[in-house]
Amino acid sequence: MKEVQEHIVTINGMNVHIVPTDKYKTNTLVLLLKAPLSKDTVTKRAIIPHVLQSGTEKSPSRQQIRNRLDEMYGATLTVDVNKKGEHHVIAFRMDVTNEKFLNDSTPLTEQALALLAEVLLNPKVEGEGFESKIVEGEKRSLKQRIQSVVDDKMRYANVRLTEEMCKEEPFGLSVYGDEQAVDGVTASGLYEYYQQLLTEDAIDFYIVGDVDEKEIKDKVSQQFNFPKPRELAAQQHQMNHRDVKEEHVVFEKQDVKQGKLNIGFRTHTTFADQDYYALQLFNGLFGGFSHSKLFINVREKESLAYYAASRYESHKGILMVMSGIEFANYEKAVSIIKEQLDEMRKGSFTDGEIAQTKAVIKNQILETVDMPKGLVELLYHNEVSGTKREIKDWLAGIDSVTSEDIVGMANKIQLDTIYFLKGQEGE
Amino acid sequence: MAQKINFEQLNETLYHEQMENGLHVYVLPKKDFNKTYATFTTKYGSIDNQFTPLGKEEAIKVPDGIAHFLEHKMFEDEQGDVFQEFSKQGASANAFTTFTRTAYLFSSTDNVSENLETLIDFVQHPYFTEESVEKEKGIIGQEINMYDDNPDWRVFFGALENMYQNHPVKIDIAGTIPSISDITKDLLYTCYETFYHPSNMVLFVVGSVDPEQVVEQVKANQQQKEFKAPEEIERFFDDEPNEVAKEKQVIHMSVQTPKCVMAFKEVDPTRQGQELLERELAINILLDLMFGQSSKNYQELYDEGLIDESFSFDYSAEYGFGFTSIGGDTKKPEALQAKVKEMVESFKAEPLDQEAVERARKKKIGSFLKSLNSPEFIANQFTRYQFNDMNLFDVVSTLEQLSIETLTDVANEHFDFSRFTVCEVKPESFVEE
Repeated sequence: MKEVQEHIVTINGMNVHIVPTDKYKTNTLVLLLKAPLSKDTVTKRAIIPHVLQSGTEKSPSRQQIRNRLDEMYGATLTVDVNKKGEHHVIAFRMDVTNEKFLNDSTPLTEQALALLAEVLLNPKVEGEGFESKIVEGEKRSLKQRIQSVVDDKMRYANVRLTEEMCKEEPFGLSVYGDEQAVDGVTASGLYEYYQQLLTEDAIDFYIVGDVDEKEIKDKVSQQFNFPKPRELAAQQHQMNHRDVKEEHVVFEKQDVKQGKLNIGFRTHTTFADQDYYALQLFNGLFGGFSHSKLFINVREKESLAYYAASRYESHKGILMVMSGIEFANYEKAVSIIKEQLDEMRKGSFTDGEIAQTKAVIKNQILETVDMPKGLVELLYHNEVSGTKREIKDWLAGIDSVTSEDIVGMANKIQLDTIYFLKGQEGE
Repeated sequence: MAQKINFEQLNETLYHEQMENGLHVYVLPKKDFNKTYATFTTKYGSIDNQFTPLGKEEAIKVPDGIAHFLEHKMFEDEQGDVFQEFSKQGASANAFTTFTRTAYLFSSTDNVSENLETLIDFVQHPYFTEESVEKEKGIIGQEINMYDDNPDWRVFFGALENMYQNHPVKIDIAGTIPSISDITKDLLYTCYETFYHPSNMVLFVVGSVDPEQVVEQVKANQQQKEFKAPEEIERFFDDEPNEVAKEKQVIHMSVQTPKCVMAFKEVDPTRQGQELLERELAINILLDLMFGQSSKNYQELYDEGLIDESFSFDYSAEYGFGFTSIGGDTKKPEALQAKVKEMVESFKAEPLDQEAVERARKKKIGSFLKSLNSPEFIANQFTRYQFNDMNLFDVVSTLEQLSIETLTDVANEHFDFSRFTVCEVKPESFVEE
């Protein structure tokens, strides 16, 4: 593997991460704004990036912004919101073709940088707020986005499990906020919060591609002029690990053909912890891959499901099992899944299986590095968790995990909530 | 020595060699990439349900979903599960079945030649037992149920059912629970022997590899194996009229937001090669001009609350079928349809805006270059192009040459409301505002 060079500098209160590489045919800009997840701000934060990409002072409509992107050889601009542990992260991503591959010497990366700065800092305003037409349109879209989660049953079951399991924690909030709260959002209230966000959010800006470092730093400091001076926001990394006192079971009924069984576990381990590597190994052996216990026992041996897998959230330390089964197979599936956890606790896996899992995990990390967005995702883990783990440390960490570490992790993990979405038949 | 094809502007070199048994091997080296991605693809998909088995005289009709079922069963051999072998070598493996192809693939950052050997060997080694076929019916049954609960999938296949009267593209790729119950191990062998002949397949490797070495490895592997002499595969399709089967269908599901897909059925879809490439790119540009995010139509539909970001459009075509689909989530399916019809009509009535065409062309070129970052895109798309006698690396030059006249002709011919259909998914009691 070629070493990843990440140069971090502070410019105008932002952490700017420059990753020079000529591996890709595009240059990638990713701007991430992080604040604590909270009921009061989650809905506003879910709308803001969409409002911002719908009009700037210079290009006051969505159509005009899109036209500028097309002119830049189809540069892309996408926005979204994510949960990273108990943080709510707003993301702006741009991909722009490296002009080297074109018969045209337009400085595309510079133009992209300027447009991104404009979208973030010079929105279309009207009086004391954002343009109300834009805000109303985005309120409608956000409601539709919230509802569309309900229509996608796999995702819905995931969201419902998280809500049930983390009722009293910020993590239980939906990343898109609350449907009822959308109505209360006003153009001026939103603008006011936006100004606060510009001052208080921790901002990380990643620039990946064939760029000249010095030049890019100058451009960033010229273009990103914040209305108020920014202090580099203090990063918070505290994590409350809740102990599980009893298992919760939640049943829900809907008009579906396939049952969705989602089970949440507390791992009491996050990216910042040294035994994070053991968690990765645990997950890989338990349900992360097609050689894992869940895939083999739920799918291959019993033919109960098409998918049976486990995933963990690196910053919250929650592990979730998900599977689609016949309603009548609920008891059987739950007991097989629990048995697999017991097997993990007993250490029923071989050195060969550990080696296999390590190989697949390292492969996954290296593959992620191959895509600019994946690389940024990996590097950002350090910011969210306040660690400084380089890709090579990570690979070495995976290698160092022993069988005892995995058994230790299996015993640390606690089942918290079982969620089952089933059909309405027979009622 | 493999044949070398340079794509200077793209800074890529492609290596190609055809093996004695007919197998085409392509290698695209990517320096600096950790990952190598390989696909081994047969030109055999869900639509190939009537054919003459290899070495036989009479055509047969096989159960719906068998190509996909076969894909699942290929991963099993005498020793067990092939996934295991890949993951022991640090690779992740997968497969997919489309209307016209079945592809097996792996990606890995280490042990590339071992993984490549595993890929070729397992795809060229069928092993089915009655018992394992029966067990698979349970798993695929759950896969079918999963898609049945997915409103996006249902609305898309609803539109296909509306468009096609006889062509098997209207049948779900996985088949149905009753149709897969008719699948037997013998039928799987028949399909396998007919369609998995090397002369009907393409192997594509992209990543940090030495092309000559890959070609030599494949050659040595193939020389150890015996294959029957290749035969032209006879596939049969019932005649398909140009007209749609149904103009509208409403599927009731418990959704909060209705979904609506509008589709134009392609006329005489027998284009191949450069002709098909030009057609695809032209329709893509036209769709972008009409409904792309930078069009005034998109802005209008968005402002009026008829669409949200799920709105999208696509043109898909292979030999024998082709269609444009437009749609997404909407609170007002009827109003959206009326508006889209009006927009298509007025688009056709006005001359093309030269400047907008140039912008759309630029955008397409840029996004094509961007997609070349992705080994998955290169391997999967190259293979699809190859099966249709087109070349992926002709995309940029074809885009540059598309004339206003061609675009105008294609717009008038393709976006024809006599071959138009709509499918909606909505709750039983839905009332439009």
